[in-house]
Amino acid sequence: MKKIRILGWSALLLIFVASFAVGFKVAAEHNLDDGYEIGDLADDFELKNVDGTMVSLSDYESAKGFLVIFTCNTCPYAQAYEDRVIALDAKYKPQGVPVIAINPNDPSVKSGDSFAKMIERADKKGFTFPYLLDEGQKVYPKYGATRTPHVFLLEKTAIGNVVRYIGAIDDNYQNASQVEKPFVENAVNAMLAGNEINPKTTKAIGCGIK
Amino acid sequence: MNRLLLISLVMSIVFGCAEKKKADSGKSEIVENEMVAKDGDGQNDIPFPIYDFDGFEPLLHNNDGKTYVINFWATWCKPCLEEMPHFERINSEYDGKNVEVVLVSLDMPNMWKSRLEPYVMKNKIQSQVVILDDPKQNDWIPKVSEEWGGGIPATLIYNKDKRTFYERGFTYEELNNELKTFIN
Repeated sequence: MKKIRILGWSALLLIFVASFAVGFKVAAEHNLDDGYEIGDLADDFELKNVDGTMVSLSDYESAKGFLVIFTCNTCPYAQAYEDRVIALDAKYKPQGVPVIAINPNDPSVKSGDSFAKMIERADKKGFTFPYLLDEGQKVYPKYGATRTPHVFLLEKTAIGNVVRYIGAIDDNYQNASQVEKPFVENAVNAMLAGNEINPKTTKAIGCGIK
Repeated sequence: MNRLLLISLVMSIVFGCAEKKKADSGKSEIVENEMVAKDGDGQNDIPFPIYDFDGFEPLLHNNDGKTYVINFWATWCKPCLEEMPHFERINSEYDGKNVEVVLVSLDMPNMWKSRLEPYVMKNKIQSQVVILDDPKQNDWIPKVSEEWGGGIPATLIYNKDKRTFYERGFTYEELNNELKTFIN
């Protein structure tokens, strides 16, 4: 009887260990993919803002997290979301989660996305958040941004900035008043309340990064 | 009294159902694998069919011996316009060879008249052009392909035996070589 029990326990242990091994294997495979997955630590950066200063996430000592949004001047989807990005910053900066906008496009390919045009756009729209140029295009591939606009919600923790949500701002680019699921707002609210974020990733059509 | 209640209950269920059925059949008939264009949007002067995803989806699942080249594009997408001549060339070279090229425009409604129609006319686009107008992108993108992150240009090539999704642009040679793997 006792023998059977021991056998049972060791089988359980085996399953336990095996499941861990599988888990590690999956994690290792994910790391081979380009860009961040949910739960990854996001690297900090130092990029030039439209006001001429250099901006890093580490500058924000009291932040609880960040809405890192890859966006640009020229993409119609990015333009359709500009006012909503401003609204996100107005709502969540006071709660410790500011918007950090990054233009990932290469201005030599896309002249409308030059630094000078970024300054113009930020001025015209009255951006309340940093609008940074990914000079040399080193940051967006690390994050795995593929389009504009593309949102990465980071939570600041003791071990670093953890990626909590990747995807679209909401479920209706055409009409802000017809949004049924404000994905980013739901994600930030859940994060600040310590709740599970659902969904953690969403998809949207956007302009490819050039 | 009880019996009366029962009768009225049964009647209401029967009629309730009948009414619902009537409402359903009042819509345009949805035949399997037939695309259903949106109507009554006041967009009748646009010379391309306009679909929401439900109406569009049958195009992704034809099982008729043809090979379909479904290209997702928009007039604001520069790399999409760069590869457009290659799709047009494929369309003409494979004319009558069981290959269907469909150009699915993701242009926004305010661009249909101002940009899409002029582009198609000016460039004399011969391939079939349809408009996919459905803002619930997070719902339908995975139904086109689980691999699709949402970037364009993107192309789906499929027939009854094979199906591949490409989130990238093509040169003519690349596109033709890919297509050949479906036909031979």
